[in-house]
Amino acid sequence: MSETPAPVGETPPGSSRGPSPAPRAAPRAAPPGARVLAQARWEAGTMLRNGEQVLLTLVLPALVLVGLSRTTLVDLGLEPGQRAVDVVAPGVLALAVLSTAFTGQAIATGFDRRSGVLRLLATTPLGRGGLVAGRVLGVLAVEAVQVVLLGAVALAVGWSPEPLGLLPGALLVLVGTAALTALALLLAGVLRAEAVLAVANLVWAALLVGGGVVVPADALPGPWGALVHVLPSGALGEGLRRASEDGALDLPALGVLVVWALAASLAARRWFRWD
Amino acid sequence: MGRGRGGTDLDSAAVGGPPDGSPSGGAALRVRGLVKRYGPRTAVDGMDLDVTAGGVTALLGPNGAGKTTTVECCLGLRRPDGGSVRVLGREVAGAVPDADHRSAVGAMLQDGGLPTSARPLRLLRHLARLHAAPRDVDALAERLGVPAFAGTSVRRLSGGQRQRLALAAALVGRPRLLFLDEPTAGLDPAARLVVWELVREAVGEGAGVLLTTHDLDEAERLADHVVIVDGGRAIAAGAPGELVAGASASVRFTASPGLDLAPLRQALSEEVAVAEPSPGSYVVSGAVDPQVVAGVTSWCAQRGVMPQALSVGRPSLEEVFLDLTGRRLR
Repeated sequence: MSETPAPVGETPPGSSRGPSPAPRAAPRAAPPGARVLAQARWEAGTMLRNGEQVLLTLVLPALVLVGLSRTTLVDLGLEPGQRAVDVVAPGVLALAVLSTAFTGQAIATGFDRRSGVLRLLATTPLGRGGLVAGRVLGVLAVEAVQVVLLGAVALAVGWSPEPLGLLPGALLVLVGTAALTALALLLAGVLRAEAVLAVANLVWAALLVGGGVVVPADALPGPWGALVHVLPSGALGEGLRRASEDGALDLPALGVLVVWALAASLAARRWFRWD
Repeated sequence: MGRGRGGTDLDSAAVGGPPDGSPSGGAALRVRGLVKRYGPRTAVDGMDLDVTAGGVTALLGPNGAGKTTTVECCLGLRRPDGGSVRVLGREVAGAVPDADHRSAVGAMLQDGGLPTSARPLRLLRHLARLHAAPRDVDALAERLGVPAFAGTSVRRLSGGQRQRLALAAALVGRPRLLFLDEPTAGLDPAARLVVWELVREAVGEGAGVLLTTHDLDEAERLADHVVIVDGGRAIAAGAPGELVAGASASVRFTASPGLDLAPLRQALSEEVAVAEPSPGSYVVSGAVDPQVVAGVTSWCAQRGVMPQALSVGRPSLEEVFLDLTGRRLR
């Protein structure tokens, strides 16, 4: 009995059922915009259905908002005549962006990567590029919901922002979302899912306390207060407070966020592992 | 063992691969010399593989033979280190396939890849939206019994329910080439039949299917072409019947390992071969006739050896597979 296997033929094997049926029209993908929108809808829907995510993105920021506006537990470094709510409200919006774009995305992506969701979606017409685009759009959609709901609560407890600040604020949120989402993907694409969960939550808590998000940089101790300006959290927080206070665009803050967005995107491109 | 296998593909080439004018020319998938290394380890080492349009190729092989890596290279999930992969007539090795191309390829991956918090029907509707002309989601879901668990999150589904959902996800875009990595693992017999029926239907509509499986019964029932892989390469290929017919008739039995076979070889004619392909499992093959059978049993009797599971005849696909790939665990 020879153990030499036969070579695999050079010609394709045929089925024994005779000629194949006439070929159908080739399947087509939905247009790129429709695919990305579908994914954004899916992502936003998934985030808003997830209880832990809603706790992180809406309930906790709302508690911080009401808690810090109505009490004097935390020294916000208020100047004479400045009201707590006017400092806290833009900071809470920055916190909301941090929750959704960074912590929420990092955790979701980390677990999707582990369970093979990223691989499966990469084989669908969506592809890797569409997946990232859909996720960023989904994050922006959830942020819109957050801004409306948390903004309404803030207005109800007395927030009086400068209306002209809407445009600079929106720009900062946009660029800040890009930076924080890219950082989330970097984290989720490099570490194990459990480690992502731990780090993303820890970073959220640390930045809430000392990252210049809710508590202004000037109220933080010494050199740390200066350093916070170059963190994405501090830049977003300071920029939104400035926009809310006098409607101006904080250019240094915008610059910091642009640099973070570029650096984190490049790093994520370089080090992100899909499986 | 090699007899009759070499000519298989040439013989059937006249029947298969119809020149239908499509760019694929009848070949849904054509892999030649595929190589994929992970660091120092070579997972796929010169793999050759074909799937015809309207045909099912089963990829059989022990764990670690390179089946899943091969599928991943075909799907663009891994970048091959060498060789060529033509999917639906287009070279994909080293390139990311475009969206229309991905729409024409359906995949059921071994790790499932279904989002754990998703509800099954919502997920299928979402995946359908990524295609221009998807299947009717409700009808497809109905066929696979998805409505029974439509409101349960993926994380709480049983293994079989997940498999069915993953198959629905692979079929929803009406693919022309379908990759199924162990599609019926963990399914009960009724669900297995439904899966086979859906695969046959897709094949009837002209789709090509590459199926990896450990289930040789499944390979025999579904596939018109079987490729046996080991050590990252195809070591035999052909129709299931041809692979079995190619193996010579034999006498097989099991007994304690390491018996001295020299006296048996002397007692039998020179036209038969005696081998112990794996410890304790003996095969006498060649021109097997009643004399050979008598020779084997009298040799056993002389030695006081009781031959277990003594069988005479052509081997099953499973025996062919085990003879080719060896029986040791890895």
